[in-house]
Amino acid sequence: MSELQIPTMAELLAKGEEPEILFWVGCAGSYDERAQKITRDICKILHHVGLKFAVLGTEESCTGDPAKRAGNEFLFQMQAMANIEVLNAYNIQKIVTACPHCFNTIKNEYPGLGGNYEVIHHTQLIQQLIDEGKLRAEGGESFKGKKITFHDPCYLGRANQVYEAPRKALEVLDAQLVELKRCKSNGLCCGAGGAQMFKEPEAGLKDINIERTEEILAENPQVVAAACPFCMTMLSDGIKNFNKEQEVQVLDIAEITARANGLS
Amino acid sequence: MIAQILFFLFTAAAIVLFSINVRKIRRNILLGRDEDRSDQPAERFKTMLKVAFGQTKMTKRPVAALLHFFVYAGFVIINIEVLEIIIDGLFGTHRVFAQPLGPLYNILIGSFEILAFLVLAACVVFLIRRNVLKLRRFSGNEMTSWPKTDANYILIIEILLMSAFLKMNAADYLLQQQGYGHYIQAGAFPISQFIAVLMPQNPEYLVLIERGCWWFHIIGILAFLNYLPYSKHFHIIMAFPNTWYSKLEPKGQFGNMASVTNEVKAMLDPSYKPLPVVEGGKFGAKDVQDLTWKNLMDAYTCTECGRCTSVCPANMTGKLLSPRKIMMDTRDRLTEVGNNIDKHGKDYQDGKSLLDNYITREEIWACTTCNACTEACPVNIDPLNIIVELRRFAVMEEAQAAASVNNMFGNIENNGAPWKYAPTDRFNWANNS
Repeated sequence: MSELQIPTMAELLAKGEEPEILFWVGCAGSYDERAQKITRDICKILHHVGLKFAVLGTEESCTGDPAKRAGNEFLFQMQAMANIEVLNAYNIQKIVTACPHCFNTIKNEYPGLGGNYEVIHHTQLIQQLIDEGKLRAEGGESFKGKKITFHDPCYLGRANQVYEAPRKALEVLDAQLVELKRCKSNGLCCGAGGAQMFKEPEAGLKDINIERTEEILAENPQVVAAACPFCMTMLSDGIKNFNKEQEVQVLDIAEITARANGLS
Repeated sequence: MIAQILFFLFTAAAIVLFSINVRKIRRNILLGRDEDRSDQPAERFKTMLKVAFGQTKMTKRPVAALLHFFVYAGFVIINIEVLEIIIDGLFGTHRVFAQPLGPLYNILIGSFEILAFLVLAACVVFLIRRNVLKLRRFSGNEMTSWPKTDANYILIIEILLMSAFLKMNAADYLLQQQGYGHYIQAGAFPISQFIAVLMPQNPEYLVLIERGCWWFHIIGILAFLNYLPYSKHFHIIMAFPNTWYSKLEPKGQFGNMASVTNEVKAMLDPSYKPLPVVEGGKFGAKDVQDLTWKNLMDAYTCTECGRCTSVCPANMTGKLLSPRKIMMDTRDRLTEVGNNIDKHGKDYQDGKSLLDNYITREEIWACTTCNACTEACPVNIDPLNIIVELRRFAVMEEAQAAASVNNMFGNIENNGAPWKYAPTDRFNWANNS
């Protein structure tokens, strides 16, 4: 996309500039095709509100989250220390990320290894921008009256107590918001956390994302709002499994925001 | 006089035996690795007050919360009555608090009666929930015959104790009305006055019933006290220290292993001087001694309520993992290790371990680390931390993980991403649309 200028830290440094915020894209946001769309939508939102941001580009590397959850503390700390070295060298103060796993790791686990930053999730940024009046839901697709439900990512919700920001980001849409039976602190995992994303599930009666999708379909929503690239994969697969992809869209809150503002 | 001596001997023996068993549990807990949880005392006190005293996490299941509150309030408040019983028993007095407390005594005894009745009713409902309605939460692989029997024993003992207390009061009430012997007018009997209707009027019988129930009640309590260290019911004590020592960091924060930091720093910077770290010389946990004392305290605190397992995404979709089983296995293995120490000395090795002999690899790898279990636990037990410690051992000490997990490790190490993509392609998303 030619009109989308994505500044890197290296470029800003060369110009002697500093960003207000670093956008930590994450591995899914960088490589996964579906998540790439969300990444670009976040950049569009940042451009739209005129927030000076930058990304690390090829200098970014996995935070080490899946390694740590799977028990490989060595690999995690190697990744963490290498990333902290890069972030500190650029004098990064504030980070926004689209992945709750990156968010949790950088926010909670990097400080102990020398990486101290203010870290927010993109739904928190969107909420702030709405609160400041910089973002509204106008000039784009109308979600008015649409039935939307939100799936809480474990590493945003229970792990870090962020329940309201994503909901606030949806409230401006004037849509019909319905809560799932298991929501907020009772939210049900999509099945991908703790390195499950990268392995086959253990033998059981069904897959976790199917259990969650059944609960979602019971509410009969038109849109399922996600806020995590792993949840996005698991829920999209679940919806496909029931051949409901025509009726139910799985969209990240960044995508919904971008669409509502006519940015995508 | 003989009664007083007998009473003293019973009470003293019960307390001595109880202390011996509690010290054994304390020793077992301290077999775990050291971990500093002495920080933020004010925050810890607040957590204990809220979670243990206030039972705030019970409210997610309102029916169970209400019934449990009756039993809990009954346990705490009726203990004031036990104090009176002990003083009466030791000094041969009868209702010693009646005189000094005056009208307050009537309010106290009256409220004890109502509480005793509520406890009794709650325990009957609990028995029905477990044995007639057979709630799913109370079954599962780990709920073998002993855990089920233990639960029933506790409920039946509480019903018996409360019945004896009310029956004692009923007889006392009738004797008071008759102005018989030392039975002074004291107390209010909102519940037992209805039981009194069913009783004989003969004062000798009534004294026999009153004394019989008095002795049954207090010996029952002393026996129950000594049952606690062998039972899941030990949670009534452990809930308090265990919530005091709760993890105060965000649930998503897994501790960084200092021993690993040392090695990684030494690797990256040859001039780095490692800090002294004592972690038992092993990465992760294979057996209970490799876990922290807090993990082990968690195990003794668990009352097998199954809230964790009922919200576990792995368990509800039919996987082998059950967070409750993780806690019960940890406790059972620790008890076994403790018994080995008692029998064979502290260096005895029985060739068994928590991982493999109790908890299988299939269980630990089914966890999504979603924290539903830790959120659900009414006394802030952390099964997830034990699972991660076992994974750490499997991965860092044994290099035993599924091929797909090892691939993920390899990809992160070589490409800086868990998938097999080139690091040079990391920024391509900016160009595709």
